[in-house]
Amino acid sequence: MPIERSEELGVKIGLEVHVQLTALKTKLFCSCSANYRGMPPNTLTCPICLGHPGTLPVLNRKAVEHAMMVALALNSSISPQMFFFRKNYFYVDLPKNFQISQYDKAGGAPLSTGGWVEFSVNGERKKVRIRRIQLEEDPARLTYPGTITSAPYTLVDFNRAGVALLEIVTEPDMETPEEAYFFLQKLRSILEHLGVSSENMQGSMRCDANISIMGGARVEIKNISSFRDVRRALQYEIMRQKQLLRRGGVTKQETRHWDEDRQITVSLRVKETESDYRYFPEPDLVPVKIPEEWVSKVASQMPELPDARKERFISDYGIPEYDAIVLTSSKKIADFFEECCKLYSNPKKIANWIMSDLLRNINETGMDVTEMSITAEQFIEMIKMIDEGLISGKIAKRVLRESIRTGRPPRIVVEDEGLLKISDENVISKLADEVFREFPKAVEDARRDRKAVNFLVGQVMKKTRGRADPDVTNKVILSKLEENRAIPSRS
Amino acid sequence: MHLNRLTCHELVEMIKAQTVTAEEVVEHVFRRIDEVESKINAFISTFKEDALEKAREIDRKIRRGESVGLLAGIPVAVKDNICTRGKLTTCGSKMLSNYIPPYSATVVEKIEAAGGIIIGKTNMDEFAMGNSTETSFFGCTRNPWDLTRVPGGSSGGSAAALTSDETVLALGSDTGGSIRCPASFCSVVGLKPTYGLVSRYGLVAYANSLEQIGPMAKDVLDCAMLLTAIAGHDPRDSTSAPRSPYDYTSAINGDIKNVKVGVPREFFAAGLDERVEKSVLSAVSILEDLGATCGETSISYLEYVVPTYYLIAMSEASSNLARFDGLRYGFTAKCDGDWNEVFSATRSEGFGEEVKRRILLGTFALSAGYYDKYYLKALKVRTLIKREFEKALAKFDVLVAPTMPILPFKIGEIIEDPLTMYMMDIDTVPVNLAGVPSISVPCGFVDGLPVGLQVIGGFFGEEKILKVAYAFQEHTKFNLKKPEI
Repeated sequence: MPIERSEELGVKIGLEVHVQLTALKTKLFCSCSANYRGMPPNTLTCPICLGHPGTLPVLNRKAVEHAMMVALALNSSISPQMFFFRKNYFYVDLPKNFQISQYDKAGGAPLSTGGWVEFSVNGERKKVRIRRIQLEEDPARLTYPGTITSAPYTLVDFNRAGVALLEIVTEPDMETPEEAYFFLQKLRSILEHLGVSSENMQGSMRCDANISIMGGARVEIKNISSFRDVRRALQYEIMRQKQLLRRGGVTKQETRHWDEDRQITVSLRVKETESDYRYFPEPDLVPVKIPEEWVSKVASQMPELPDARKERFISDYGIPEYDAIVLTSSKKIADFFEECCKLYSNPKKIANWIMSDLLRNINETGMDVTEMSITAEQFIEMIKMIDEGLISGKIAKRVLRESIRTGRPPRIVVEDEGLLKISDENVISKLADEVFREFPKAVEDARRDRKAVNFLVGQVMKKTRGRADPDVTNKVILSKLEENRAIPSRS
Repeated sequence: MHLNRLTCHELVEMIKAQTVTAEEVVEHVFRRIDEVESKINAFISTFKEDALEKAREIDRKIRRGESVGLLAGIPVAVKDNICTRGKLTTCGSKMLSNYIPPYSATVVEKIEAAGGIIIGKTNMDEFAMGNSTETSFFGCTRNPWDLTRVPGGSSGGSAAALTSDETVLALGSDTGGSIRCPASFCSVVGLKPTYGLVSRYGLVAYANSLEQIGPMAKDVLDCAMLLTAIAGHDPRDSTSAPRSPYDYTSAINGDIKNVKVGVPREFFAAGLDERVEKSVLSAVSILEDLGATCGETSISYLEYVVPTYYLIAMSEASSNLARFDGLRYGFTAKCDGDWNEVFSATRSEGFGEEVKRRILLGTFALSAGYYDKYYLKALKVRTLIKREFEKALAKFDVLVAPTMPILPFKIGEIIEDPLTMYMMDIDTVPVNLAGVPSISVPCGFVDGLPVGLQVIGGFFGEEKILKVAYAFQEHTKFNLKKPEI
């Protein structure tokens, strides 16, 4: 029997998500600016984040607060006292050749443990448990001229070294690549709503995935840089392991690298050679006490989260739950929706346009919603143009697609491409005359059978690329059929 | 008059009174360095021109009647594992033989703010790993009392520079005795502060949880002055205690009547040189004569302190020293391989034998499957030892013990025998494990070789140990004896 559905394969997927706390002004352990994007390499560094001898880390308290907000939002219980541990391994991107991180063994306590995220997958509720959330420093950024395997040298940019990073580890509760995708989407929406991490920054959220099939060995996939690729990498990996099992092979516990260009995973190393990180408590940092008062203070300052916002959308705007879920799956879209509702009084209509056209077009272009440039004003202007009869709904769909692809506002697209609806009877009459000349047979038919009129209307629409007002066109053609009855047709 | 032979408290008065200039003091010190340095090898680098320039600036300030600090115009030698901005900081290693830090340690900034003048960087065991200064990449420092003998270590350069009057004050660092051991072997005063009293920012880490920078001086009052200059909270060091500035000279008055002095019997057990024992016991009776109440006490688990100390120190060191890979600073081996090969070649060539030994042992102790057995167990023993000190120091104001169980040994005599070397730390390492302060003060000579008395205090009890050490010094005057070089 062919193995097709993933439930039958016993697929178990766990994720390790690294989230940069991009809202912080400074790095986790020094006062260098954390806003490194677009900066010349190695300009945001100091002796501390370059790992100079004698330097000491000093914890950014704000980073702890941002991390606490994430823990609270993911229902994770915050440790009353947390510790930093050293994770020791040699690599060119680690200035000290150890990373200051956290650990849940050897008497360590990370920021928080436990928790869950609830989200919906094609209308069904799904809950994924969180194992732990920890705070650590980002390593430097490596760039390879060419590809990782063929580059003759590596460049190291320490601007990223020491930026505050959250590691969110889930239990292996996901059973399909889809679920992993929707989990990440929900997580991202939560982080965006908290305002701690901005997703329109390249590399601010990175993901490693663990996957096992039919109780086989756990394979770790590293270097996945987008949500879409998480889904693709997992799909690829399920296919690969499935084929391996079919041929009677056995999966090895190994780490695989996601090759974005070739869209495949390649083996990096098998478990036997994997490093022993020699974790031990960081002696340069004291244990961080997180008393209940601190937690409640942070909790009291938490902004509205996606689930609460969804409920509010249902009650305030009277939209269906499904719509509310889709609209709150991204902070940008939820904000966009609410902006639109201030400008236009039909929330359901707005929701429909966002869901069926705006989001679909964005997805089709392979763009991320955060890259969307259309404003609520422009979007509502377009909807009002439909209401006012300036453009048809069909034209509006075309305008929106064009607007999203080019970044031009809808009104400009309408103007540039001359897409305003034609309601002028004289213009339509002239076009109808042309059609009458071109299709004498159809005119004859239409005189006998009113059903054939639609063909003539269609031809006028074709000539105007859909811009002719259908009602006016119908009226004009009908009256022409009447008055032409007496005139003999040319033969 | 040889100004370099005077103490800080004498010189500061004279400089402020304009009887002498800071420039003269610095000149005298450098004249002496030129005279004896070839025999002693106390310094890795010296900054004569800079020092003279700073001295002239102090003199100008004094002439203009501007206020100058506690250490105005006083030459200070700094151990070469303490970062000095723009000036070579080698840690006695080939690995950092070309390293010029882009920043200064907090203590260096504090000394300069107090008007002290950094005259040079002193020799030390490579990365402070040793008690003889023999493991330095820059050659061994010689003991001014006997040039064939070691000065102790790892702050051997600082101690020898003081004894030979090549400086007036010096900074050392003490991870397991590295200030007190050379202070004892060279007959100077050295204080290991309570963990957290002095900022470690800028001290190249050997074993972070154990070490402190501390003052070294020719007498107890000078030691208190330098401690006053460097102690206090530093926001750049998370392990620094939130304590306000304090004048440690204020409590020094020579009166130790009714001070309770405990003598822990375990420090007088097998392995202690009888001649050292005799010196230290006679010091105890002197303290009694001065009005102190002395009584026997106990510090259990002393037989475990050396393995406990070395497990913790080596484990931390194996991680601390990982950053030396030749990629961003320091020595880089000539090697055409990939990064892994370059790192290996750099570390193989850049580190000396003792450093490699400790990195390997520390790496082993932290490895999966051994962590609980070694590192974690060592931390537990450490807690027990700390409790022992707390118990003893609840009954007594201070504890006294020998600083070193033996007299200064010959250069090359023990270096090939690491275990014997490690065992010599038995009297100093418990103090680091407990985190309490301790001072070594000269307590006599045996066959022309110095003996040191260790006075150990409770947490932040620097005032008490300085007080006892001062009373003892004022009565015995061993500090005034100088070697012929």
